Parts: sequence; structure tokens; C-alpha cells
Amino acid sequence: MTSQTVAPPSIWRRFWQRPPHLRAPVADTDLIPALTPGRRVWLRFKQHRLGYWSLIIFTSLYLLSLGGELISNDKPLLIYFQQHWYFPLFEDYPEAVFGGQLPIHADYNDPFIREQLAQPGNFALYPLNPYYYDTLNYFSNAVHYPGPPTAENLLGTDIAGYDIIARLLYGFRVSVTFGLALTFIGTVLGVLIGAVQGYFAGKIDLFTQRLIEVWGSLPELYLLIIFASIFEPSLILLCVLLSLFGWIYLSDFVRAEFLRNRQLEYVKAARAMGLSHAQIIWRHILPNSLTPVITFLPFRMSAAIMALASLDFLGLGVEAPAPSLGQLLLQGKENLDAWWIAVSAFGVLMLTLLLLTFMGEALRNALDTRIADKPLAENL
Amino acid sequence: MSTPLLSLEHLTISLGNRRVVDDLNLQIQPGERLALVGESGSGKTVTALSILRLLAQARIQGSIRLEGQELLEKSETQIRQIRGRDVAMIFQEPMSALNPLFSIGEQIIETLQLHEGLTPREARERTIALLARTGIREPERRVDSYPHQLSGGQLQRAVIAMALACRPKLLIADEPTTALDMTVRARIVQLLLDLQDEELARGDGQGMAILLITHDLNLVRRFAQRVAVMEHGKLVESNETAALFANPQHPYTIKLLNSRPQRQIEAIANDAATLLQTSGLRVEYPKKRPGWRGWFGHERYIALEGAEVSLKAGETIGVVGESGSGKSTLAQAILSLIPVQGGELAFDGIPISQRTRQQKRALRARLQVVFQDPYGSLSPRQTVAQIVGEGLALHFPELNAAQRLQRIVEVLGEVGLPTSALTRYPHEFSGGQRQRIAIARALVLKPRVVVLDEPTSALDVSIQNQVLQLLVSLQKKHALSYVLISHDLAVVNALAHRLYVMKDGVIVESGDTASLIANPRHPYTQRLVQASL
Repeated sequence: MTSQTVAPPSIWRRFWQRPPHLRAPVADTDLIPALTPGRRVWLRFKQHRLGYWSLIIFTSLYLLSLGGELISNDKPLLIYFQQHWYFPLFEDYPEAVFGGQLPIHADYNDPFIREQLAQPGNFALYPLNPYYYDTLNYFSNAVHYPGPPTAENLLGTDIAGYDIIARLLYGFRVSVTFGLALTFIGTVLGVLIGAVQGYFAGKIDLFTQRLIEVWGSLPELYLLIIFASIFEPSLILLCVLLSLFGWIYLSDFVRAEFLRNRQLEYVKAARAMGLSHAQIIWRHILPNSLTPVITFLPFRMSAAIMALASLDFLGLGVEAPAPSLGQLLLQGKENLDAWWIAVSAFGVLMLTLLLLTFMGEALRNALDTRIADKPLAENL
Repeated sequence: MSTPLLSLEHLTISLGNRRVVDDLNLQIQPGERLALVGESGSGKTVTALSILRLLAQARIQGSIRLEGQELLEKSETQIRQIRGRDVAMIFQEPMSALNPLFSIGEQIIETLQLHEGLTPREARERTIALLARTGIREPERRVDSYPHQLSGGQLQRAVIAMALACRPKLLIADEPTTALDMTVRARIVQLLLDLQDEELARGDGQGMAILLITHDLNLVRRFAQRVAVMEHGKLVESNETAALFANPQHPYTIKLLNSRPQRQIEAIANDAATLLQTSGLRVEYPKKRPGWRGWFGHERYIALEGAEVSLKAGETIGVVGESGSGKSTLAQAILSLIPVQGGELAFDGIPISQRTRQQKRALRARLQVVFQDPYGSLSPRQTVAQIVGEGLALHFPELNAAQRLQRIVEVLGEVGLPTSALTRYPHEFSGGQRQRIAIARALVLKPRVVVLDEPTSALDVSIQNQVLQLLVSLQKKHALSYVLISHDLAVVNALAHRLYVMKDGVIVESGDTASLIANPRHPYTQRLVQASL
């Protein structure tokens, strides 16, 4: 993982030559401010190039997808028509504005409108891919849907005639946002409950642990099926349902860390100092118990993304026009001859999960003190 | 003398780019007891491990000869023959030296079968005999015990039995008693001496040489015939034990010998007020009953019973006892860190139970603590400024940030740390420096009583002395009172005015330190004094 041959970047260099634990004990002349533990982890993380680049690629992809409306949309970003500026992204204009006759919103994929906008003196700035995720192209040349990749739809269309690039882009955005939200809620709940259990231990721990066991034995999938039939499935509902169960396994880790750390002498020292429970938990134990939490973050996120995809795949997720990678997979399975659906959906999902896994691995190594403190072994 | 049993010539060991042992020359004669002394990081353990070629990443230059044969040229298979059969090793921590998943018998039998080619039945009989020889009670039963079922002393005996299984010519004992209690230490040392005599008395011409690695000079004086002193990977002095102790040559040896804690206490004023007074303190823990009865309630395990302790202003009281004797429980009860089931603790004449919540919190600043483990007692994710400043913000809210910083810097100066330490994290400091940070954390709150829970037992001898001196000077300067918890009589003797001896949760004897040590009455105190002086 660690590539030793690459010249370390300048900020790393100082650290590289003299890791803090090998530095001579503090001398008066030595006034370089120490690296915070968080910063050290970050520097170690950066050393794992695969994970570091995965993070960069993943973040840029997600940021790009957040600006998806500027990349893939069925409306031009900007129109200059007969000495007037129009902003279709923010406002719907009737067709009449651009010389049409029907009392409907302008369809910018309509060859007539396109012609109008292309007339000399007029000007329209189109996004890279002229489809939104629910754009039906009524003027397509396609013979049938799903249509294979053509110049019109670079990755083809799905069974309803939606452009696959647009569906992938927005599907990725929804998946990652969902994953982030689910991870965030699950982590906060898990840390909170695990911290209370582990810190107070004894009866509170015993009681909460039994509650969790009862709670954890509820059949999650049945609940999802039942709720899917009662309510109209929405992302919020799915997020709530999944987070109700997602924290359980994390809280076990946090509880174990707290049970261990509360015995340590710095916690006793803090108690002897008269700090309150909340202060001890927040300032002393929590920062020292976060390693498993942070290590699991990327893996939790990929699990959340997979959960959404599988629910959509099973038909328990959100309904049709909403973009979803799981639905695309289902369509791919049902239309094996339309290889472009399965291949592209699988590709995006795999890329996402792969990037997350690489990041997780690098993060785990960065937090693993046994690897980092290897030079310490020399001090036998 | 004839050819030496083991001879190390120009031995240089490097780990990575660091030379940990530098040009070491050392001989051990057959049947000799040699002690290798030095502080942590001096290369003594590395030397021992390299004799058996147990250091994988080390680069070794020079020569290691066992009975004239060069060990460094042996193949891996040949060296495995030597390990355990000709040269055996005892490690510091008996708990981790034995595999917890096998009974001790199985582990010794394995060695016997491997090196002596005995049948399982013969090996088992030999094992029982060995365990009996090392003084394990009921060896027929203990042979099937698992490591967690034995006490530390019994385990170390089992480890010694394992090492002796094949009658090695050389036994390397790496800090064999450091992890054990004082009185157990004495017995283990006696055991090693007896075993060596027995080996010699067998009369087949081969005695057993023992290479003892330790930093405990007390042990060296009683055990070794010859002493070799190492500093920073170099052998600085080696001589007969008596000669070395009487007439040390090298400055480092002199420093080591002088680092035995010196008694340096000031008399306390006659009219000094009693600060802390406990009466009948009682702490108990619920203990699970064995078997099905555990379902229907708990037994009580009494960790502390009827403790009567008093402490005057400017005084130091020492509390000594073995692990499990309840001395740390007493410390935590005084600090109100654990609930007390009975008795009363009064500070400044006012019982704790009569104080309000707020007064109790304010009392925390008056009553501070320094713990044993300088690695565990500082939160690894806070800077020194945060660690020291935290209590200050809580107990002195009237100070602004600049005043707080000034107080922190002052206190760091008092404990001998530079200002540059402020922004650093604990892992960047050595053990002694960390202990100074812990002292600063307690001192910054202007306490009147500081509980010192084994403050120096994790430190090297010379550093231990520095820390003790620091504690004494701080006591003088701030008129502090100390409750000093220790298993080491030498440390207590150096600091404490009065002494409490604890055993099994009860204070068995108390009195003036000097007279108590000179004239112990309780048999346990007698054993303790005998073991450590």
C-alpha cells in the first residue's frame, strides 16, 4: 500500500524525517508545534495513494453530480432570444415565448424550438447531455425502447425511453446522498447509545442491551415490505426505516470502546478533577473511542448504498421516474439483450463501491497505530 | 577457568539504522550467575534475544559462541535444537509467556517430547516432577491447569519449570521478577538459587549458568556473582558483584548505585492540623457465586475493611502492600472515585457526607491524584496545555485565557518541563516527562493533598529518583501532604513519615516509617521487609 519511492510532499517531509515518537524528548530550542493526532492520521491517509485518490475522485464525482442540472438537463442553461435573456433552469416558459403555438411549457428538445433558438441573433447554451432523468424524448429516432447507444443517447435508453446517462448521474447523486444521510444518522445514534451504555455500564448497560436485543430481532425486511404497501415509498421513509436498525451494530463497537476506556487512568484523573459526566464523555473518552467508528464509515456508506440499490431492485424502493441504480439493475436483468443497461448500471455501482472500499482500507491503515508505530519497535 | 560457556565477542546489533548494541564483549563461565544491568533502552534485552537469534529484523555482527561453537553460523534448524535444550529463556511477563489455550502441562510436555524424544507418559511424569521441583503445590492437579487459573508467582514457577525441562546449560532470565509482588520475588530468586545448586549437585559435571537481565540492583546484589553494566548499548563496566558495589568505577555505574531512593524527609510541625481522617472505611464489590447459585444473588467481596488513616498537613503517609491488598482501593475511596459502603472520610474535619454537591466538587481541587502508568494516565488526544489547563478552567473560572496560560507555564516550570511542551501530545514525551505532566496536572489546582498511586513504579531507577526528588521539593514548597501508595519499601522509606501496611483489605500494621521498618511486628511486614532490603 505504502509507496516509499514517491517523493513526499513538503508538509509531509518534516514529519517523514522525524516522526514525533522518534524525536528527541522535548528540548527548549525545539519550538515546532506538534501535529495534532487528527492531522497525523490525515497525513498517513494521504500516504495511501490508492485511498487518497479514491477520495479525490469520489468527492469530485459527487460534487459534479450535485451540479447535475448543469450537466444533464432538458433545458438550456441560458437563452438569448429576440433581445431578451431567459433562464429556463429557474423558470418555465410557455412555448409561445419562443414562437410556438401550443399552450404548453416549451420542450427544448422539440426540433421546432431548437430551430427557433438557432436562428441568427439568438443564442442558447445547452448542457452536455440534453436530458433530465425523467425526460421523454418525443422526437427521438429510436425504433424501440430500450434503445441501444446512439449519437442521441450515448449510453442508450431504458425501457421507458429515459436517457441512461442522466439516470446514472442522478441515480449516483441520490445513492450517495442517501448513503451519507443514513451513515450520519446511524453513526450519531450508534455513538450516542453506545457511549451511554459503555460509560455508565452496570444496570443501565444491562437494561439497554436487552432493549437492543429485542429491537434487533425485529424483522427489518418484513417491516420494509409492510411499510412499502402502506405508504408510498419515499427516500425519507426508507432512510428513517433503515436508520432505525442501522445503528445497532455500531453501538456495540462504541460500547466496547467506552467500557475499555472508562477504566483508564486518564478518565479516573478527569473524575478526580471533578469534571461532569458529559465533559468526560465528550472530551476524554469519545475522541479516544472513535477509531472503529471512523474506520467503518466508508464501509457503512457502501452498505447503505447497496441497501438502497437492493430495495429498489426488489421493488420495495422508490417508484419509477425517480432515478435509481437498483431499478436500472432490475431492468438490466429483465432485458438481458439490452446489455447497455446492465453494464452501465453495474459499472457505476461497482465504481462507487470500489472507491469507498479503497478509502476505507486506507483509512483503516491510517488509524492503525500498530502499522504507524512500527519504528517504535526499534526501541526494544 | 576453562573455556567459557558463552562468549560474546565484538557483538554489534543494529535494528534499522540504529545501533542498539555496540561492540559488546562478555563471557559466561559454566555454572556462573551473571547479571546484566541497565536501564530501559540500554540494549540488554536485545543482547539476550540475539543469543537465541530471536530477533528477526536485527543485523548482528561479531560472534556469539556457545561452548566454542559459533551460533551465528548455525542454520535455522540447528539453532532450533539449541533453543530450549542448551539455552532456555524466562520472560518478564509469565502470563503472556504461556499460551492461554493450553494447560501448562501440555506446554512443558511438548518441549520434552520435542527435545528429549520422550513418550507422552514419560513426559507427563517428568513434567509433574519438574513442577514439584519448582515448588508448585499439588503438581498432579496443577499440571492440567490453564495459565489463567494460576497466580503470577505460580505461573512464573511454571515458566521456570518449562525452561528447566531439558536441563539447559544456560538459563537466560529476562526481568524474571519485575511483574511479581515483592515477597513473591524473593521466593522466585531463592528458587533459582536452589535449582542451580541442585543442578550442580547432580554431579555430572555440568552446572547451569544463569544470565539475569534486570534493572533491580537489590536483586543483583543478592543473586549474581558477577555484574555487567550496560549503557546505551555499550558495556561500561563488569566486575565481581561485591567489588562492583563496593567500588564502582564508571560514572554511570556510580549513578545507578546512587539512584537508590534516599530518605529525604523533613520533620512536620507539631501543631500541624489533621487534614484527612478516615474511620472504618469499607469497600465491597459484588462477586458472582460459583455455579447455579450465581443466579440467585451475589456474594460480597470485601476490598477494604475498617481502614483508619489520618494525614496531617505537610505529612506523607505510605501505604504498602501487594497487588490485591486493597491499597489502590483505599486511594480511590479517599478520592471518592468509588462508592464507600461504610465508614466516614473527613477532610479538614468536615465529613464528606455532610458536604453539598458543590463543596464536593470544590474539594476535588484540594485532593488530587497522580497515577502509576504514565502512558495510561494522559489522554493521548489532548495537548499538554489542554491536559493541564482543563481542571484550571473548571475550578478557577475567574481566570481568563491569558492568566490560565501563565499558570500552566508556571506549573510546567515547577515540574521541570519547558514551555515548548505546551502544544505537544503525550506520546512525544518519555516516561519520566509524562509523569511530570501528570504531576503538573495535579499541582495546577493548588491541592493540599495529593494521592500518589505507585508514582514511580513504571520508571527507570535513575528517573524514579528524579521524580521522587521533585515530589519532595514540591512538598516543601507548597506544604503538600502526600498519600503514597507503593509496593516498593525503598520508595516509601524515602518519602513517608508514617507507614500503613495492608494485606487482604485490612491495615495490619501502622506506625512511624523508620521504626516500623527497623522493627516489624506483623509476620507479613517482616516478610516484606526481608524481601526488599
